[in-house]
Amino acid sequence: MSYEDWYRQDRLPHIFCAGCGNGTIINCTLAAIEQMDWKKEDTVFVSGIGCSSRAPGYILTDSLHTTHGRAIAFATGVKMANPDLHVVVFTGDGDMAAIGGNHFIHACRRNIDLTVICMNNQIYGMTGGQGSPTTPKGCLSSTTPFGCAETPFDLCELATAAGANYVSRWTSYHVKELEKAVKVGLETPGFSFIEALVQCPTAFGRRNKFRQVADHVEYLRSHSLLKAKRDRMLENGEHIPEDMYIVGEITRRKRPAMGVKP
Amino acid sequence: MTRTEFWQGNTACAEGALAAGCNFFGGYPITPSTEVAEHMAAKLPKRGGVFIQMEDEIAGIASIIGAAWTGARAMTATSGPGLSLMMENIGFAAMTETPCVVINVQRGGPSTGQPTMSAQGDMMQVRFGSQGDYAIIALCPATVQEMFELTVKAFNLADKYRVPVFLMADETIGHMREKVIVPDTVERVNRKPLVPGTLPFKADADLVPGFPQFGKGHHVHVTGLTHDERGYPAATNPKLHANLVQRLVDKIENARNDMADYDVINPGASRVFIAYGAPVRTVQQVMYDLNDTDIGFLRLRMVWPFPEKALAEFKNAKAFFIPEMNLGQMAREIERHIKLPVISIPKIGGELHTPADLISTLEAHP
Repeated sequence: MSYEDWYRQDRLPHIFCAGCGNGTIINCTLAAIEQMDWKKEDTVFVSGIGCSSRAPGYILTDSLHTTHGRAIAFATGVKMANPDLHVVVFTGDGDMAAIGGNHFIHACRRNIDLTVICMNNQIYGMTGGQGSPTTPKGCLSSTTPFGCAETPFDLCELATAAGANYVSRWTSYHVKELEKAVKVGLETPGFSFIEALVQCPTAFGRRNKFRQVADHVEYLRSHSLLKAKRDRMLENGEHIPEDMYIVGEITRRKRPAMGVKP
Repeated sequence: MTRTEFWQGNTACAEGALAAGCNFFGGYPITPSTEVAEHMAAKLPKRGGVFIQMEDEIAGIASIIGAAWTGARAMTATSGPGLSLMMENIGFAAMTETPCVVINVQRGGPSTGQPTMSAQGDMMQVRFGSQGDYAIIALCPATVQEMFELTVKAFNLADKYRVPVFLMADETIGHMREKVIVPDTVERVNRKPLVPGTLPFKADADLVPGFPQFGKGHHVHVTGLTHDERGYPAATNPKLHANLVQRLVDKIENARNDMADYDVINPGASRVFIAYGAPVRTVQQVMYDLNDTDIGFLRLRMVWPFPEKALAEFKNAKAFFIPEMNLGQMAREIERHIKLPVISIPKIGGELHTPADLISTLEAHP
């Protein structure tokens, strides 16, 4: 079986813009699921609202495309009512970190057996490019026309502090690493959170000097700093530039979890 | 066989849910409904069900909608401020035809209002509170016995029509203690399953599609976007949107006479009370005190969809009197259906109408 079999062929073409990073993340997720040997009838994808949240609509399983920010709360109901189902949530930075922030931290705290994959494009793509809670300081968006003045969330630190069992961050450049991280997330009992930084040429790139898709992917690559290397630099008292994204496995632990298949 | 209990209204509601086979409760504590959640928290896990206290009411209703798609009989309980928070997801449940039950033990609003006092101020909100056109079912108990029975009924209606069903109780009935006759078993109407090979959102003649439960290989896509019969988004197709929304409304409104639940007392009367919920008790006292067959009473257990045929049962009626613990919400709905004078008897503040309140209104309209 190929993971291409997991797509709804009758829904193509998809709505993602040319050069969008979301497809890469969906592919990595389905490749990881293929390795898990999960069956379509036992797998449920849940999402909220936004570009990322359109992903379940293209996947040939039971899928629940819900309201803005609430995907994790809906997924909690699905998983707690039937722990035999594998439940994966696709979400984005606006959906999960802004309107859905409360559900996110509480699901981490409960350590519900979900895998949440956040496609972080650092902007509201679907509504045309407004600033989000992860828009970097100084970046331009339609609601931060003079540069974003607010400090962005570190979603992985948030998930770790709130209690998730597995937390990892990669980018759309790191497809092999991301696939492995998703697989570990799927295997981990309890709450798994994988943040995938993605390029968004339409809403973010064109306002922030990434005219070419490849320029943005290259920026994500060159501004990624492995957690292990960051830790070594900290030990040596070296300066860590503020604009670096810490990638790799951030947290792995075995706190008691809820909704785990008996 | 039956047994007799002496229960608080909220306890009877939770027991009704358990008798109906409710196996998932997701909610958030709020006065004056909290006892429903507390009773479910104590009883559900022992029966293999799931109780989960969510982080807010938005998550509460989200969790029961998620659970319902796995086949669970799912319920939440709240009061006005929580119902306000739930509104977006109530619309989602209506749009996605998710069977679920919401208990609303009403208190005085607006805003935080009177958390410990009784009211019926959410009767319009429950019908129209979420964006767009849709229809729901709302039941109103006037006794602790009905807290039990109408909760059972709510689950059956939710499954039959695939719609959120509301038990619109009030603080008075929720916290009152009365004798309850509890049957050993209750009627159960199950969801019609999706026939394999049928499109998941293609309705049958009753306008209700078969239910494609998650985990059964249906590979159904459920979305709050306007969707076609496959369940796929089709949000820019005007005709498809019109047909879908019309069906969601018609499947409930067309069945209003089938599901109507009311009592007609003294159908030949010229002056007729109409009441639901706690004011029923005051009207009953007035009927008893006056002992006059020229005073009629239409006692509603279901308020939405509104059973307008019930009004026609009072052939000699000259005026209808509507005591409500709000500023006349259902009186306006009744005015819509009848040419005769409709006299609203509003009362807000948290206390029941007294019999004297009603009798003085009758005297003012001889």
